[in-house]
Amino acid sequence: MQLSGHDLTIGYPDRVVGRGLDMALSTGEVLALLGPNGGGKTTLLKTLLGLLAPRAGEVRLGDRPLSSYSPRERARLLAYVPQSHFSTFAFTVEAMVVMGRTAHGNLFSRPSAADRAVAARALERFGIAHLSERPYTMISGGERQLALLARALAQEPQFIVLDEPTASLDFGNQGRVLREIQTLRAAGHGVLFTTHDPNHAMRAADRVYLMRDGKRIAEGATAAILGRGELEAIYDAAVDLVTDRDNGRTAFLPG
Amino acid sequence: MARSSAPGLLIALAVLFAALLLALTVGRYPAGLGDLFSYIAAKLTGGTAQVPAAAVDVLMHIRGPRVLAAVLVGAALAVAGTAFQGLFRNPLVSPDLLGASSGAALGAVLGIYFSLGVLAIEACAFAGGLVAVGAVYLIGSAMRARDPILVLVLTGIVIGALLGSGVGLLKYIADPYNQLPAMTFWLLGSLAATTDSDLLPLFGPVALGILILAALRWRMNVMSLPDEEARALGLATGPLRIAIIAAATLITSASVAAAGIIGWVGLVVPHIARTLVGPDFGRLLPTAALLGGGFLLAIDTLARTATATEIPLGILTSVVGTPFFIWLLAGMSRTWS
Repeated sequence: MQLSGHDLTIGYPDRVVGRGLDMALSTGEVLALLGPNGGGKTTLLKTLLGLLAPRAGEVRLGDRPLSSYSPRERARLLAYVPQSHFSTFAFTVEAMVVMGRTAHGNLFSRPSAADRAVAARALERFGIAHLSERPYTMISGGERQLALLARALAQEPQFIVLDEPTASLDFGNQGRVLREIQTLRAAGHGVLFTTHDPNHAMRAADRVYLMRDGKRIAEGATAAILGRGELEAIYDAAVDLVTDRDNGRTAFLPG
Repeated sequence: MARSSAPGLLIALAVLFAALLLALTVGRYPAGLGDLFSYIAAKLTGGTAQVPAAAVDVLMHIRGPRVLAAVLVGAALAVAGTAFQGLFRNPLVSPDLLGASSGAALGAVLGIYFSLGVLAIEACAFAGGLVAVGAVYLIGSAMRARDPILVLVLTGIVIGALLGSGVGLLKYIADPYNQLPAMTFWLLGSLAATTDSDLLPLFGPVALGILILAALRWRMNVMSLPDEEARALGLATGPLRIAIIAAATLITSASVAAAGIIGWVGLVVPHIARTLVGPDFGRLLPTAALLGGGFLLAIDTLARTATATEIPLGILTSVVGTPFFIWLLAGMSRTWS
């Protein structure tokens, strides 16, 4: 299955953010949307999720235009993981994850035992089953991000789209979320995430989509696209490339 | 889930039951529980009751309707407040946020100004509430803003202020001997004049609104998340928001039409209910309904028995509500659990 955008003009009623954007994501691959802040990453992400209508062009999911899906149909195929956030009300972590089952019930149904079992498996899967009964407002930022990932998994979607999944996390939790992204791919999901850290794209993505000022700068296999020159160009900053002598992996340092 | 619903719901039920017993048995006329039970027993067995006719009259036609109205209005305001706090993701919201009360107030004051009958005044109040919220919703959605909720709330505040000055103007030009006291009395809220014939126009809209909100209560959890998240989880948030606002407005307007402006119930009761059963709307909504009914009934019983003259309900709810809310703030400042 594929999620794709064709010649998209993206933006808001009063403002065009980007033009001429094409992209495609297949199940079983990880695509990183990389670029400087304000470059249109989040706008493109919301357009691909169907949360924001494209100003021109078309988003397709499978063999149909995304706009022809009902919200409920869409949510069974496409899950969204927002940036780890605060909740107004102190739902338990389990209740938060059970909300991932919304599209599998009807408008009036209460969560079934089967729904709760799916949620429990998702919590187990990310190693946070022990937090089930804790209020979502009382756990750490990293734990909240994992809970939101578990909620997306409970939707049983084909594609999982994450907005800056590592942005507000500490070093250890960044690594953990990047590892989880790779296991989601192994389970057959198509994963799209935005980041402004090229190292996170290096670590977790098969392909990279480089974006700046609402335009596609480059797209392709991570190793082929991410080089010192490309990064210096899109970030307008000097970049060092460092290599681990033991395993040959590379990383970028700004400045 | 951590908190089992049973104890919280049972406590709410016990509060309502205790308030019912108290309300039916105290009052100026000495008709007590004994009279009530023997009257009911006689009705059930077909015998004749050993109860004075006056006691039956007090219980069935004076205290009875008022007790029912208090429970209905209290439950209605609590349920509407719970729904609005979730929908607007803000625990400081009350059911008249979008102008239901100020619209109803203007309607009622207009009715009094034109010397209409009691039922016509109530109809004006009901219509005023619906029209005000409808106008706020239309203006708010016409803005096409990126944050529809915020625009809606701000529009509600602005329209509410405008309606409030309309009420002020009518009070200023009203006849100070006949109309002004009636307006003031109505604006302070009271169930003193409730009779049998008031119950049906109150019960219909309140029951319908509560049914709609109860049916949607599992989806309200998701509606209390940011809009984009709720949509990504599969909800058509636009139509759902309209349904929730319409249902809450229906019950708020009907309550205000029957009882005048009664603040605080819709704000405070959802908080108490949340401390009992947690924020999950599936359990929260029924608990809030029971607690709201019991709370307002207890307040109304106090209003008619504490002093020789009736104390306006709106005054009592704020006297009880303010310290309680401050206590709540002090105790739960960590989290809005």
